[in-house]
Order: sequence, then structure tokens, then C-alpha cells
Amino acid sequence: MTGYLLRRAAQGVFVLWAAFTLAFAILYLLPSDPVAIMASSGGEQSAVDPALLADLRAQYGLDRSAPAQYLDALRRAVRLDFGSSYQSGAPATQLILDVLPQTLQLTAAGLLLAVVLGVGLAVASTYPRARWVRHALASLPPLGVSLPVFWVGLMLVQLFSFRWSLLPAMGNDGPAGLVLPAVALAVPTSASIAQLLARSLRSTLTEPYIETARAKGAGRARVHLRHALRNASLPALTVLGVVVGQLLSGAVVTETVFSRAGLGRLTVSAVNTQDIPVVMAVVVFSALVFVVVALVTDLLYPLLDPRISLRQTSASAA
Amino acid sequence: MSTHPFRRALPAAALTAALGLTLAACGGSSGSPTAQPSTSAAEAAPVRGGNLTFAITVDSKCIDPQQVGNNDAIAIARQTVASLTAQDPDTGEIVPWIAQSWEVNDDATQFTFHLVDGATYADGTPIDAASVKTNFEAVVALGAKAVLGSTYLAGLQDVAAPDPSTVVVTFGAPSAQFLQASSTFSLGLLSPASAALSAEDRCAGRYVGSGPFVVESYTVDQQAVLARRDGYAWGPAGANDHTDEAYLDTVTFVVVPEAGVRTGSLASGQIDATAAISAVDLPQFDGNGFWIEYRANPGVVYNLFPNESRPLLADERVRLALLKGINREEVTSTVLGTLDHPATAALAHSTPFYEDLGDLLAYDPEGAKELLDEAGWVVGEDGIRVKDGQRLETTVTFWQPKEPLELVQQELRAIGFDLELNQLAIAEATAANASGDYDLSFGNLTRSDPDILRTLFSVNARNTNQRAAEEVDSLLDAQAAATDPAERQKLVTQASTLLLEHAHSIPVVELSTTIAASERVHGLTFEASTRLDFYDTWVS
Repeated sequence: MTGYLLRRAAQGVFVLWAAFTLAFAILYLLPSDPVAIMASSGGEQSAVDPALLADLRAQYGLDRSAPAQYLDALRRAVRLDFGSSYQSGAPATQLILDVLPQTLQLTAAGLLLAVVLGVGLAVASTYPRARWVRHALASLPPLGVSLPVFWVGLMLVQLFSFRWSLLPAMGNDGPAGLVLPAVALAVPTSASIAQLLARSLRSTLTEPYIETARAKGAGRARVHLRHALRNASLPALTVLGVVVGQLLSGAVVTETVFSRAGLGRLTVSAVNTQDIPVVMAVVVFSALVFVVVALVTDLLYPLLDPRISLRQTSASAA
Repeated sequence: MSTHPFRRALPAAALTAALGLTLAACGGSSGSPTAQPSTSAAEAAPVRGGNLTFAITVDSKCIDPQQVGNNDAIAIARQTVASLTAQDPDTGEIVPWIAQSWEVNDDATQFTFHLVDGATYADGTPIDAASVKTNFEAVVALGAKAVLGSTYLAGLQDVAAPDPSTVVVTFGAPSAQFLQASSTFSLGLLSPASAALSAEDRCAGRYVGSGPFVVESYTVDQQAVLARRDGYAWGPAGANDHTDEAYLDTVTFVVVPEAGVRTGSLASGQIDATAAISAVDLPQFDGNGFWIEYRANPGVVYNLFPNESRPLLADERVRLALLKGINREEVTSTVLGTLDHPATAALAHSTPFYEDLGDLLAYDPEGAKELLDEAGWVVGEDGIRVKDGQRLETTVTFWQPKEPLELVQQELRAIGFDLELNQLAIAEATAANASGDYDLSFGNLTRSDPDILRTLFSVNARNTNQRAAEEVDSLLDAQAAATDPAERQKLVTQASTLLLEHAHSIPVVELSTTIAASERVHGLTFEASTRLDFYDTWVS
């Protein structure tokens, strides 16, 4: 077990390094000039003296060679120091920590809702005896997957906020402000959970032990929910990494539509303004989330299915 | 993390609204917009108290008046500082604010300001000459981070405070623009203690200002709340309707990135006003319990800026053909909002010392064709002209919404000119601009002083055209030394004329800003630079 964890930790570190390096390479290759962006007043023509711009570039160390900048950034990144935002001057790590609670609330609420909806829909589309009901319900997830979060969000705002004035359209204030964005975020995620779980349920229901359970006189509901669902949820767990990715990228859109502060908004503005320290911090942080999720998933397997041991699982880091 | 969803999440409308360039598809003219309820004493006396919620589109992560350059951040920062002078929005005249009077020497190299008595910073410190000196030196120390202030103080030699109420500012070269610069938020006054703060702390709003409002709270990507400054009593009588405390208790600026959400929030009363409604949605706020008001941004209008170090654009006849081949009226009436004006000079009509040079910008496709014939460009098989096997094509690099330029592209095709559109992300376009790597760049620059022409076009300044010195440069430099208004007007007009006659400037349309607000909002106005002014604002 210890050996396994050490090996996984080493893999994790490699993933973080690779993400950091790739992001740095991309940012470095992009034709951009963060200092020029700072000096252009919101996209207007800039009148700032080029000599002053050069001073600022030197101040940020942007006038050094790429390898020198990379090594320096990497050295500091190891200590979780990604430098200060070009926009606000605040440490990039601090900016992430400031908005993290907001995004955690949103994604946790979205995930919870997605799981409840997804499991419910999966069961509902496999349980009824009437074939047409099952088919009708089974057609919902593909629809849900294909609905853009952006559109769902705008629809929700239009109806529940502008038309019926039930919930606020914007901001980070309290639970009421969390309802609509969490729903918008949960729609596509719940659909992908439902799709996978329903498929897995359908194949599980044909397994011999299900027949055995039925033969022993277990009720339909008991067989479905107790025996089949538990075993069918294992494959669904494998997509946890994908789901977390979906939630994080969904947060970018959701936070924009619902005017919420959070990691998604921070990322958008950092990319837009080429705020390299913040972009790098976000990339490494996201990679860390994926590494942890992958590890947690693999550690959960044996608990759910005694037939699996850690030795057999392979790292599925994103 | 993929940024793809964000591309979908930010339709051009959200950006366009922030820019005043719009996506309106042939909107029928709605006539003149509903004026806001009058605030003159005869009609209604302003009521004190209350909060106004105003939506902005983007949070630049900084609200320090001396550092900001983005319109949304300016809307917040402007309210928190007083400046030495103010500018009358109606006449462009510079009027007293913290300085009750001033003298300018003959060649505009030295400015002496005499400060009013009793004005204080929000922490109670008096606004004295030494604190003004501290401020200007702090702006210089910020360097390029003071995106506007650094250009206003270019060439600053010395700031002296011979006595507590006298400030003497000396430049190494003539700088007539400095008088107008002294009225801007960029040179707004912060307490001496604030000058010592880090750029980060100041960005976060932890500064102490001198204006009618103070920063109560600022949460990045969410909102900034300004509160009325108690005891404020030095409002500029020459630029505003009153001089004592502001009427509103608080102004809440909420960041709402989505255009559709801004429209819905205003319509449903979740916000009171915004300057970022897309042109398509504006008509619904013209009446129906709302009002809209607009003003052209002074300064250099949306221009095609030719890079004359490129062989094709080094030919003046080709540049002039571009200038004559654009139908500005058609651009504004077809793809822009009904409130946008075609350009009538390099300067917008709301700029002091503007003169209408519309005759030089008349749509003249025949004249354009003649010029191209003369230059040896012959119409080829596909309608585009050729010369020595080379097609008459050039590229415009820009990031703004492409509809206006698509129309320009069509208009130019009619004279046999192939204008390629190279629309980039704002970051890339800005980088291309800074490095001078473009055939034609596109953009505008807001400033309520004609010196902005010198800043952008003069070979001794930004030299946007990347060209050698000629007559226009000496005129641009001379207007910077002209202290007599009549003399300065003459020089600015001559320089503006030359910029068009040689097509160093190829103006297209004026940028304007439009406020849309609920009927309960009164006295929300534009100051002289078309920035928002909440000082006279009250809610019923």
C-alpha cells in the first residue's frame, strides 16, 4: 500500500510538472505582450512611451530568455509561488484561494444535484415495466448532454429571475444565488452520469446473480436498487474524473452567465489579459485537482468491489 | 482547463457593448432618445439618500484612479478623487476644482496652481501643495502602470511647492495638454499616505481619495461599493450642478459580463443603470419607464492607422484611395446603432478644438479609382486591381467586432481594393499593435484634448504610421506650445487637415457611450471625457 501510494505520488508530481511546462510553452509561443495589454486602456490604442513599457517588462523579468524565465518560474512554483498578477499585483495563489470557496460551493452543489438527478434518471429509465416509458426516459440524457450550459443558464435566468422574480440573476449572495447556477451546471453532468449508469444497469440486470436473487424471491425494487445499482455504479465511478473536468469547465460558463466570482471567471480574465502568473497558477491547480480525483477514485474501487485490488488499477490521471 | 466554453460564453455583444461598437442589424432609427428626467431646480429638487446599482461588464482587478485605463474601472475610480481642475462637458473649458486659479507661462512649460482652502482627503489630511507634489511624483514612479497619467506627465521636470497653497509644475518641453490633464482622474489626488502604498494595495481600493465618494468595499469580479464622502464641499461649480456632498448614500457597481443578463437585469429592476446595453436592446429602454442618453467619446475616433513602412501603404495615393473609398454614413446607418456618428475628422466632435473636416472625408469612389489608376493599379479579372503581378491587397489587424469592417471591406472592393480582415483576440491584437507588426491597425483613443493627435501620430511621439518626419509633425508639436486658444485652434485644424490630406489618419466612425437607466435615476451624466459622473446623481 505504501509503495503504491509513493508510486502514485510520483506520477502526480510528473503530471503537475507536465501541465506546468506545457502551459508555459503555450503562453510563451503565443504572440502576446502582457505589458502592452496592461498599457492599452481597455483595448484602445496605447499612447504609453515604449521606454516605460520596456522598463515594466524588465521589472517582470519578461526581457530574459525563455529558458531563464522557465527555470525561475519552476523554482518558485515548487514553493507554490507563481508570482503576482500583472493586473492587480496580488499574489496569484492568493487570488485562487480568494475565489476557491465560491467555486467549491458551486461545483459541490452542482455535483450533488447531478448525482441525485443522474441516478434518479438512470433508475427511472430502466425500472418501469412499460417499454415506451423506459425509452422515453432513456432519450432524455442525450438531450441533456447536448444542451449548452450557456443556453440552459440564460433560460433559467430569463424565466426564474427576470420573468418570475423568484431568484437573483447575479452575484454570490447566499443559498438563493446558488440555486440557478447549480441547476445549470448539473444539467449536462447529470445527463452524462445517467447515460453511463443506465447502460451499466441494463447490462447488470442480465447478470446471473440477478436471476438468482429473483429466483430467491427478492422483490423487483430490491433487486434493482440493492443488487444491481450497487454493482452498476462501479463503472459510473470511473468517469468521476471526467465529471470533475466537466464541472470545472462548466463553472467558467456558469460563473459568467450568473455574474459570480470564482475560479472560472478568474481564468477567463487571466487568459484574456495574458496574466501569465495567474494562468500558470490556475493550470497547476486544475492539474492537482485531477491528480487527487484520480487517486481518490482508484482508492475507492476496492471498497466497492472486493474483487479489485489496488495492484490491478492503473493510474488514470487526466 | 479548456477556454473553449468561454468563447461561447462571451458573444461579441458583450464585448461590443463595452466598446460602443455594436451588432445592430439595420435597426430603424428610433429618433432622438428619451432625455432623462430633468434635474434643474425648477423641475425637481434632488432628493438625498438611497443607493444606485450600476452594472459594468468587466472587472480589471484594479480601481486605483492613477492606474486605471479601462472604462468600467474608470467609472468607479473617477468618483473617488478630486482633481486640480475640472472640464466643463458643454464647452470643454477648464474650470476650478481643487485649484481655484492658475497661470501658464508663454510656451506652456510651466503651470502654477493656487489651491482652495479647506479641501481635505477622506482621512482628514488637508489637500496642500506638498501632497499634490507627492501625487504627481507617485504617478511618475508608477511608470507604464499609470497607463494614462504617465503620458500626461511625459517630460515632467519638476514639481515645486513654494508655499502650502501653491504648486508649480515644470516641463522640459512645451506641454499645453497638461492643463486638461490636470482635470482627469489619472492625475486625481490621493492622500500622501496612499502614495506610499504598494500598487497592489491601491488596486484593491485601499487608498484614501479626495472625491465625493469613498471606497466602502471592493470584491474582485463581484462588486465595488462607493459611499458618500461626508463633509465634501468642493465640487467644481463650473462642471457640475452643485458643490456640496453627493446626493446618493451609496453607488454599487456590479460586474455583469453577459449582455443578455444586463438587459434583463435593467428591465426587471435588479440594476438601475448601465452603460453597456447592446445596440439591439437599446430601443426597449427608450421610454417605457427608462431613459437613454449618449455622448461621443472625445479624442481620436475609430481609425484605420496605416503602417507607412510597408511599401504599399507608403504610396499616398493608395492611402487616399482608402480614405475616399469608405462610405462612413453607410457604416453607421447599416451596422451600427442609431446613436453612432460617422467620423468627420480624426478627432471626435466632442473634443475641444475639434473642427468639422467632413468635406475631406466625403465618400468619393470615383476619386479613389482615379488615384489608383494614376498609381498604376489596373482592374484585374476578379475585380481587384493588380500592378506588376501584385494584387492590391492589404490587411487590417483588429480585435473589435468585425461587422463595421466587413462593410468597409465591401465598399473598398468596389474600387478594386482587397482589404483582408485579420481579427485576433484582444491580447494578440494589442501585441501586434505594440510591436508595429501590421499593415493597418484599427482602434480609437479617448482623450478630451487635441494633443492626443500629437501623442499618436507625431514622429516624435508614438509615430503610429512608422513614417519619417514631415510638415504635420512641426504643427503637432507647435500646438503643444500654444497657450492662446485661437492660436492653438489654428494649429490643431491645420494639423488635422494635413493628417487627412496625406491619409495618415483614415477615420471611420466615432465611438460613443450610451447610458440606459430606470426613470428613478436622475442627474447621471457624462463628464467632459465621456466618463460617467455620479456626483449630481440622485434617485427618486
